[in-house]
Amino acid sequence: MASYKHTAALPDTVLRVKALESLLTEKGLIDPAALDELIDTYENRIGPRNGAQVVARAWADPEYKKRLLDDGTSAILELGFSGVQGEDMVIVENTPSVHNMIVCTLCSCYPWPVLGLPPVWFKSAPYRSRAVIDPRGVLKEFGVELDPDIEIRVWDSTAETRYMVLPLQPEGTDGMSEDELADIVQRDSMIGTAVVTAP
Amino acid sequence: MNGVHDMGGMQGMGAIDIEPNEPSFHDDWEQRMFGLFLSMFAGGHYNIDEFRHGIERMGGPNYMATTYYEHWVSGMQTMLIEKGILTAEEINGRMSELAGGNS
Repeated sequence: MASYKHTAALPDTVLRVKALESLLTEKGLIDPAALDELIDTYENRIGPRNGAQVVARAWADPEYKKRLLDDGTSAILELGFSGVQGEDMVIVENTPSVHNMIVCTLCSCYPWPVLGLPPVWFKSAPYRSRAVIDPRGVLKEFGVELDPDIEIRVWDSTAETRYMVLPLQPEGTDGMSEDELADIVQRDSMIGTAVVTAP
Repeated sequence: MNGVHDMGGMQGMGAIDIEPNEPSFHDDWEQRMFGLFLSMFAGGHYNIDEFRHGIERMGGPNYMATTYYEHWVSGMQTMLIEKGILTAEEINGRMSELAGGNS
């Protein structure tokens, strides 16, 4: 079984990527400086903090939450987040009786503008294969044990649609500011493999 | 097209390997591959569905034996060759030059 935690690539792969970059640069089709910028953007500026702000706003503002559940893409754009892999956003709301999880069984589709780039486990065969047939078992591996009465809904991305989970706001956090709320919302709670707990 | 990429419901894939505080990229070449993909996509040389289909055609055993960004390398090369942007000979030739120059 291959390890999906990437460490050592085949030397051939490293060379191939270098060859593609040098050939495409020579042909004037790419600019290495523009590549640097794209990498920096996705490594340092776009990440789950964006999604956490969306969640915090939805918890703090019922009207915003309504818009978010009605038209995720537009409501997320209100906070300034949009772009590749976030063109058709659907937000699924956790309630005391329903827990949602997202997966992409066919590929590794993920809502980049709100969550950044996906972790390796999200792209791995074990998660992609099992999330849809044994979600409770998967959640257990993440240390989450839900009451058996709670229904679990698993959302499998299509070629277009990207899902994000609106986690349940923990009790006792009503008085917190949006920034404080965003601080307690971690990435996995917006994938559905974690729940948010009060600080 | 049905294929090994259609993983929903497959059994026996093992435990989920969760890396705490995982970085966005694990190696420089992954970063460059990501940037290449996005630059060429932004340049209109392929769309995401074509690119994904390129990955899906890499062959089951190969797909299972390689990592996520290695899938991208394969999909990218398929796109570039099929779109007539690069030839396999050009790519292999450049790889040989780079190998000679580096080692």
